[in-house]
Amino acid sequence: MSISSQNTQDLTANTTEASLTERRRRRRERISVSLRYCLLIIFGLIMIYPLVWLIGASFKSNNEIFSSPWFWPKEPTTQGYVDGWKTSTPYTFGHFFLNSMKIAIPKVIGTAISSTLVAYGFARFEFPGKKVLFAILIATLLLPDVVTRIPQYLLFRELGWLDTYLPLFVPQWFAWEAFFVFMLVQFLRAIPREMEEASRVDGANSLQTLIFIVVPILAPALVSVCLFQFMWTMNDFLGPLIYISTVENYPVSLALKLSIDATEAFNWNQILAMTVLALTPSLVVFFMAQKSFIEGISTGGVKG
Amino acid sequence: MAHLSLKSVEKVYGNSFKAVHGIDLEVAEGEFMVLVGPSGCAKSTTLRMIAGLETISGGEIWIGDRLVNDLVPGKRGIAMVFQNYALYPHMKVHNNLSFGLKLKREPKEKIRNATAEVSGILEIGELLDRLPKQLSGGQAQRVALGRALIKQPEVFLFDEPLSNLDAKLRASMRVRITDLHKRLRDEGRPATVVYVTHDQVEAMTMGDRICVMKDGRIMQVADPATLYERPANAFVAGFIGMPEMNLVPVDLSWSESGKPLLELSGKGVAIDEGLARRIKKKSGKVQLGVRPQHIEVTTPNADNCFVATITNLEFMGHEINLHARSGDADFVAVISSERFDKSLQRGSKVGLKPVGSKVHLFDVDTGENISLASVDD
Ligand SMILES: Nc1ncnc2c1ncn2[C@@H]1O[C@H](COP(=O)(O)OP(=O)(O)OP(=O)(O)O)[C@@H](O)[C@H]1O
Ligand SMILES: [Mg+2]
Repeated sequence: MSISSQNTQDLTANTTEASLTERRRRRRERISVSLRYCLLIIFGLIMIYPLVWLIGASFKSNNEIFSSPWFWPKEPTTQGYVDGWKTSTPYTFGHFFLNSMKIAIPKVIGTAISSTLVAYGFARFEFPGKKVLFAILIATLLLPDVVTRIPQYLLFRELGWLDTYLPLFVPQWFAWEAFFVFMLVQFLRAIPREMEEASRVDGANSLQTLIFIVVPILAPALVSVCLFQFMWTMNDFLGPLIYISTVENYPVSLALKLSIDATEAFNWNQILAMTVLALTPSLVVFFMAQKSFIEGISTGGVKG
Repeated sequence: MAHLSLKSVEKVYGNSFKAVHGIDLEVAEGEFMVLVGPSGCAKSTTLRMIAGLETISGGEIWIGDRLVNDLVPGKRGIAMVFQNYALYPHMKVHNNLSFGLKLKREPKEKIRNATAEVSGILEIGELLDRLPKQLSGGQAQRVALGRALIKQPEVFLFDEPLSNLDAKLRASMRVRITDLHKRLRDEGRPATVVYVTHDQVEAMTMGDRICVMKDGRIMQVADPATLYERPANAFVAGFIGMPEMNLVPVDLSWSESGKPLLELSGKGVAIDEGLARRIKKKSGKVQLGVRPQHIEVTTPNADNCFVATITNLEFMGHEINLHARSGDADFVAVISSERFDKSLQRGSKVGLKPVGSKVHLFDVDTGENISLASVDD
C-alpha cells in the first residue's frame, strides 16, 4: 500500500512540470472564453433590453413609466391591457387584430403559392426568354418601393379598391416579392433533380411533381418565406396608411398609432401593453416555425 | 414486356454539343443489355432519352410496337433506378414504393399486395415505415429497385445504380439484380433491362449482351465472351479485360513459309497457331493486341519472343503483373504466382512470347480488328 503510494508520488513529481504548463494553458483558455462570453452577453442584453423594458413597462402604471428606467414594475398592474384593449374607438383591439389577419393570411398564402410556381418555372424549365425574364425579375429587387407607390395608388383607385384590403394582398398573388422568388430559385437549384425525374417516371405531371415532391422538399424554405411575409405584414405601416381610410378597417399597426393620436394625455401604459400584444403573433408564429427551420427534411433522399 | 429498339438516335444538347451520333440498338424482350463505356461517352444521355427525361434530337425509339419519341416518361412503360437512389425524402418507404401506383389511382387492395410482394422479394419488409434518411446505402438502393419493380414496367432502366455502394455490397447487389432478372424470366414475365455502368466487371457479369460506347457512338454490341475473345476494334479490346490488353504498334511481314512475322524494334517474331489464316495477306504497320494473360514469359534467348526489360513487378496474391519494356513498347504480362521465377526482378531481361491463337491485329488508322477473318470458316 505504502509502496504503491510512493510510486504514485514519484510519478506525480515527474509529471508536475508538464501538467503545470498544461494547467496554465487551460486557465488562459478558460479566461479568454469567459471574457468572450461576457462580452457577448453584455451586448446581447443591450440589444434585448428595450424589449424587456417594453414588456415590463406594460405592467406599470402610467406614472411609473417615466419615473424609473428599471424594467421591473413596482406595483404590477394589468390596467394598461384592460384599458388598451378597449381602445378609444368603438372597436376593441381584437377587431384590429382580426383586420390584420384579414390582410396577412391571404397575403402569406398568395406569396407562398405564387412564388413557388414562379420559382419552379425558373429553376426547372427551359423556355424562350428565360434569362431576360429572370434578369428583369431580379432587377425589380433593386427598384425602390417609393417609385411604384404613386402609379400603384392611381391604378388601385381606378379599380375602386381604396379602403379595401385588396391593394395590400392582391399583388402578392402574382409573385410580387422578387426576393422570395429569388430565394426559392436558389434553394431549388441546390436540390438534385433526380427526385423530380423519378416522379415523372412514376407518372406524375409537372404540377403533381410540384405538389407531391417539390413542395415538401421545399418546405423549410417556404416556411421562412411565410414567416418573413407574415412579420413584414404585421409590421407594415405605410401600406395600410395609404390605402385604408376608415377606422373600422384599420390593422394593428394603424390602430396603435391611433391610440397615440386620439388621447390628449397619452396613456403610455396602454400603448405599451398593446404594442406587446401586437408583437405576440409574430413571436408565436416564429417559434412555431422554428422547428422546421432546423429539421431540414431536404436531406436523406439522395446520396451525395 | 417488350423489346426496345433505337433507330439512328441522335442527341444535340442546347449548347449545340452533339452527344449521341445516330446509334442503332436492338434489345430483345427479356434481354439484359448493358451500356458500358468511359465517362462522358453518353451512356446516361442515351438512357435518359429512352426514359423520356431528355428530348430526342433525331431518330426513333420504339418500346414494343409503340413509337415513344413524344410520350412523357410516365406513359412509356419504363421504370428507372438512379445512381443516387432519388428516393422521395419526405415519404416513408412504403409511400416511396407505391407513389406511382397511387398516381395511377390503382385500388388500395392492389397497392397493398404489390407493396407486400415487392418488399418480400427485396427483403425490405422491416423498412417500410422508415424515411429514406434512416436507410443505409444498400437498403436505399433496394428500395429504389423496389420502386421500379412494383410498376411492372416493360423496360427497366438503370443508371449506374451500384456505383455509390462499397465493393462488397456492390458484389452482392449485382448478384441480387441478376437473380431477380432470372427469376422474372422464370416466372414468365421477362424484364427487358438497359443497364448503364462504367464498371466492366458489372458489364461482363450481368449482361446478356453488352453495348460498348465511345464518344456517343457504339463500338460493338455482343455477348461478354465474344466481346472478350473477338473485340471488333482496338477500343473494345483495350476497354474490356483486366489488366488492359497490350496494344503495340508493330511491322507485319511474312516469312518464306507463310507465317506472319511481327517486327518490334528490329526483332521479328513469327506467330504460329493459325494467325495466318485469320488475317488477310497484308503487310506494313499494324497494331498488335495481346492480353496480359496470353503472354508467355520465357528466357530472353528463346525463339520467337520479344526481348524486354522488367520495369515493375506487382504482386497481386495469386498472380503477378509483370511490366516490361521492349524498345518503345510497354508490355504487361500476368503470371500465376506458383509459376513465377523468383530470380526475376526489376531490370532482368525476359522473353515475351504472345500466344498465337489469342493474338489480335488491329488496323493502325481505323482501329478495326483485321484478325477476325477466318475464325468464322
Ligand atoms: N445538359 C447538358 N448540356 C450539354 N452537354 C451535356 C449535358 N449533359 C451531358 N452533356 C455532355 O454529353 C456527353 C455525355 O454525357 P453523359 O452524361 O451521357 O455521359 P456518361 O456516359 O453518362 O458519363 P458518366 O460515366 O460520367 O456518367 C458528355 O460529354 C457531357 O459533357
Ligand atoms: Mg452517366
